[in-house]
This record gives sequence, structure tokens and C-alpha cells, in this order.
Amino acid sequence: MAAGKNQSSSKQRPPKILLAKPGIDGHDRGVLVLARAFRDAGMEVLYAGLLPTPEEVIDTAVNEDVDVIAMSLLNGAHLTVFKRVADLMKERGIDDIALVGGGTIPEEDKPALEALGITGNYGPGTPLSTIIEHVQKRAAEARAKKLGQD
Amino acid sequence: MEEDRGFWHSKLKEASERNSSSKDANLEKWRKNTLKPWEDKTGYKPREFINSSAIEIKDVYTKNDLPEDQDKLLGLPGEYPFTRGVYPNMYRGKEWTMRMFSGFGTPEDTNARLKYLISHGETGLSIAFDMPTLYAYDCDNKRADGEIGKCGVNVSSLKDMEVIFDGIDLSKVTTSMTINAPAAVLTAMYFSIARRQGLSLDKIGGTVQADILKEYIAQKEWIYPPEAHIRIIRDMMIYCTENVPRWNYISISGYHIREAGSSAVQELAFTLADGFYYVEMGKNAGLDVDQFAPRLSFFFNSSINFFEEIAKMRAARRIWATALKEKYGAKTARAMMLRFHTQTSGYTLTWQQPHINIVRTAFEGLAAVLGGTQSLHTNSYDEAMALPSEEAVKVALRTQQIIAEETGVTDTVDPLAGSYYVEWLTNKIEEEAYRYFDKIESMGGILEAVKNGYIQREIASTSYRRQKRIEDGKEVMVGANKYVESDEQPINILRIPKEAQDRQIQRLNHVKATRDGKKVSESLARLRKAMEDPDTNIMPYLIEAVESYATLEEISNVGREVYGGWKEPIII
Repeated sequence: MAAGKNQSSSKQRPPKILLAKPGIDGHDRGVLVLARAFRDAGMEVLYAGLLPTPEEVIDTAVNEDVDVIAMSLLNGAHLTVFKRVADLMKERGIDDIALVGGGTIPEEDKPALEALGITGNYGPGTPLSTIIEHVQKRAAEARAKKLGQD
Repeated sequence: MEEDRGFWHSKLKEASERNSSSKDANLEKWRKNTLKPWEDKTGYKPREFINSSAIEIKDVYTKNDLPEDQDKLLGLPGEYPFTRGVYPNMYRGKEWTMRMFSGFGTPEDTNARLKYLISHGETGLSIAFDMPTLYAYDCDNKRADGEIGKCGVNVSSLKDMEVIFDGIDLSKVTTSMTINAPAAVLTAMYFSIARRQGLSLDKIGGTVQADILKEYIAQKEWIYPPEAHIRIIRDMMIYCTENVPRWNYISISGYHIREAGSSAVQELAFTLADGFYYVEMGKNAGLDVDQFAPRLSFFFNSSINFFEEIAKMRAARRIWATALKEKYGAKTARAMMLRFHTQTSGYTLTWQQPHINIVRTAFEGLAAVLGGTQSLHTNSYDEAMALPSEEAVKVALRTQQIIAEETGVTDTVDPLAGSYYVEWLTNKIEEEAYRYFDKIESMGGILEAVKNGYIQREIASTSYRRQKRIEDGKEVMVGANKYVESDEQPINILRIPKEAQDRQIQRLNHVKATRDGKKVSESLARLRKAMEDPDTNIMPYLIEAVESYATLEEISNVGREVYGGWKEPIII
């Protein structure tokens, strides 16, 4: 990777994360804790607020040029709603934003989400450090892709 | 306003003066002669002892930690200020109501679960609704895809409610419905079913949550801006006061505030502050406080710090009684009594080693009973992951039955009264709640404090602090951050099949195809006019609309057009 000027400034920018609860779900304790934890870990954090549609989440992510969309759902609809976000990203040809999931996701649902490119899928009780590390890793991958496209 | 501030300000001053303990010479001597040598000998390393409210706990409590008029703060059971319980003989006379929250999938599934629970000795029904219902979207709305029946039962029209209560005599049960933003619509449906069973409305009893303030604070399920919801609750309050005397039209809820990450003190303070708002609303609507206040009931969380929870519940009763009497001019005991339902804490349950959750729930349930609850839901061990399976629900219900019928804790009323620690903690929690009331009043009241995000930020800060303490191992969650097992075996959890959604959509289509369209549009037009006029009570129009089989979303869309929506203040 050649070290151009834009690239190096872009490289130095902290990871930019959009936290989102797509779907109909007001359980925001986890997402609010993560917002602070990500910020304390040096990331730039945006929160899509409650009840955004998958379309709105992606629009915000693209407009704000984020590295990761971190999605949280506790209402059991992850297989439908996370999938819709992933499908829409694919339709729009977006491949430089990573998708990370979390919430009450049973073990047996994880392979299906992974197959859609949604990683992490952490449940309650996961240490914040584990989540932060994973999001940072996915952000770095996404950033590398962005730089590759420049 | 100044006067209001004055009330809580002086209560705070009184309480903190009362709670400043005098020096205990005996205890000082004990520290020097007994404790210190012991600690030296055993190599004691000081560590932190605090509860969820960051209240520091001392090593030993004595009589000196209690004020001189402690007996007056307690009273006797069934008497003002009700610290020791709202009924004179409490569980010696009647057990608490074992009310297990249920509802999932289709109305048929829920109907079967309710009948199962009734046949196993449950004494009150409690219904959970799915997310689309809670936000008033019908099952065929694109936004609802994948969410039907997941977190509770789906209700899109009166037809679904007819199925849920099929074969259940509403004069024989009381029903609690956990529904907030669309509570008035679901209430209208319930009334309609009661009438079809040939019951007059004064023969039925039940509760809807309808505590919209805590929605903006914690659970975040709203449809309209706060003022619109508050007006609808006011209409329900007036209608029920006149027509359905046994309907508890608001269950003022701390449960979700706590689950959202608050401390016990914050749960207590914000919940009671919401309660005071509803009292003022009733008074402003011209209702007699002695007539409507007895219909206000509460819903608290019972979390894992045993004595803190008990103290919180005892303090709650005293504060409420004091406020109703001294601030709101209530004359009757019934209006001053704080009656409450309790649910054990979902947040304290671990995803890891799920069976140990049975033990946590037992302690939390016991705390609720020692705190004097009127009804109780004990969580099932699988609730950190999914809606409970039938087997897990049975264990949770049996846990309550063991507390009630084996442990002997119900043999005497308020068995912990007089414990130096419990009484001190009760007094301290009361004082800390007063500190919040004073602050909230100075901000212009609870509605302002919610609209500007103050309350939500307070909770989020506590929640983050706690999470960090868990990360650092300062707070233990067995199985999650200590005594972790590497090879966790998955347990069987309840999965809601996709057919639930298909079946609901089919039923909705059938309702729409067979109803009288003209009746629907006329009833919705009348509802709109009522909603536009703040002086018209919308309840009769809601009942008319649900009986025409207008759907939940159609009815709520009228409100969405009249009132608009709501975006919450940014608090991150």
C-alpha cells in the first residue's frame, strides 16, 4: 500500500462506528453502554437513534463514511432485520463498511449471520474488551478497503 | 413552583438531619478493642462495600444509626405511613398474587399458555405483547417483518384479543397487560370482550401499564410526543374512574428504569416522581385524589442486592404515603397506600450457566416478599436468551410457591423491621430519593427533566459505571466474569416459528375482508375529531373504533396524523 497524503491522514483518523438498533426494539441499555465504551477506547461514535429502518441506517453510514455498523437487537428479530441490512448493502455494492452484530442471539443463529458477513454477534455477559477489540479489527479491515479504493 | 421546591427541599433537610447519626462511644471502643486486633490478626485487607446506589455500607449498625423517632417512621402494618406493609396481616391473610408474565407467538399460543398457568395455580393473568403491537404497527407492516410474536403475543385487531381470552371468564380473573403507548386501545379491546361475555364493566378488574413517562425514560416505546400520550392517559383515567372502578389504568413502573441500568435509588426516585406527575394530572383534571389515587399501582424491580431491594420497597411505601397525605391532601388510607407488583431482575441473569439463574431469582423473589409486594413475577432461568420455555416457567412459579409455603417467611408481618441495618438503609434510600425530587423540581418537574434528557443521562451513567465495575471484577456475576466454564452446553430455548407471522397476517386479511368498511371509516373519523379536541374524552370513540374492527395501526395512524411522532433527545 503506497503512503499517499490522503491515505495517511485517513489512516490516522480514529475508527468511526455507527451504532444502530434497526427494527422495532427499544432495549437500548447495551447500545448506550457500548457508545461510551467505544468512545473511551478512542473511537468516533455515532448513534442512529431508535427505530431506524435498515435503509436509514445504511444512508447514515454512507453519508458519515463510517467504518463499522454495529447493530444491536434484543427482540429476537436479528435473522430478519440484520439480514435486511446486509442484503441492502450488497444490493448497493457497499463493501467497505463492516457489519457487526450483538444482542440476544442464540448460538445456533450465528453461522447464518456470519455467512452474511455479520460478525461478532455477542450475547449478554461478553466483556467490553472483547467487543472493542473485534470492532477495532473490523474497522481496520474496512479502512484498508476504503484506502484500497482511493 | 417555589412552593413545590419547598416541599421536597424541606423533606430532604428533615431526612438528612434525621439520618446524621450520633457518635456511638460503645462502638468506637469495640472498633479499637475488638475489631482492630481481629483485622490485624487475620490480615484483613480493606475493600469497598457499596450497593447499586453507591451507598457505602458500614461494618456494623447499631441503635445509634437510627433516629429517635424511628418508631414513628415505621408505624404498624396497614397504618400510615405503611412502611411495614399496606395490609394489617399481609401474607398471613392472603398470599401475594403469583402473576407470571406470558404471551408469545399467536393469540392461540398465548391462550393455551394462559390456560396452562391457570391450571397450575396461577392467580392472575399477565400478558406480554410483541414489539409491533407495543409500537402500534399491524402484523402486515413491512417494519414488523420478523418480529411477530417474538417478544410477546401479537395483537393487530380486536379479533386477536378475542382469541387470547377465548374460554377465560373475565369476571374470575384479573388481567395485567404490559402495554404502554397503545394502552388505551388495548383497554378498549378488553372492555369490549368483557361486554360480550355479558359482564358490566364494574365487574372486571385488571391493570394496564400505560406509564408513558417511563417509556421516554427507559423502555423507549412511544408513538406520539409526550403531551399527546399524557392526554390519552388522562382520558383513560377519567373514563375508568367513572365506569370501571376496578381498572388500574396506570402501573407506574420502575422495572424498566432499573433494567435500563439505573440504581435502586434512581429506580425509586424516578418512578415515584412519575407517580407524582400522574397524581397532579388527576387533580388538574378535576378528579378527587381520594377517589383516583387508590387505582394507581406500582411495579418495581427486585434485583440482586438483597437488603437494598427490601429497603427500597419499604422506603417507597413511606414516601408515597407522606407525599399523598402532606403534599396532595389525600384523606383516606387507601389513597396513601403504595401497592406494587414486582418482577425479579432480568439483567442480573446470565446467559452463561443458565440454570444458576434459578438461584438468583429465588433470592430476588424472596427480597420482594420481604419487601411486602402484592404480586410477583419470577423470571425463568432462560430469560437472558429468549422467552421462557414451559419447563422454565414452571420452575419459576414453583420458586414462588416454595417461598410462600415452605420457608416460613410469611408467618409474621415485615419480619425485618427493627433490623438496624435494614431500617438505616430504608431511611438512607428515602433521603437519597428526596435529593432527586428536589433536583427534579428545581428543573421544572419530571416532564422537563425527561424531555431534556437529564433522567436518561443519569441512568446511562450509572449503567456504564456498573458495566465497568463488572469488567474490572469489582462486581461479580457468577458464571459470566467469575467461575466461568469454557464448555457451555446450549439449553433448549423457545423459538417462535415463522408460521406465527403468516397466521397473523392471514387473520388480519380476513378481518379486513369481512368487516364493514363504512363503519370503520366512520368510527375513525369520529375518533379523529375527538383527538383533535382536547376537551373530548377519546375512550368511547376508541371502543367504537375497535368494535368496528379498525386495526391497532389504523387507529394509531389517526393519532400519528393528529399529534405527530417523537424523536428522543440525544444522550450519548
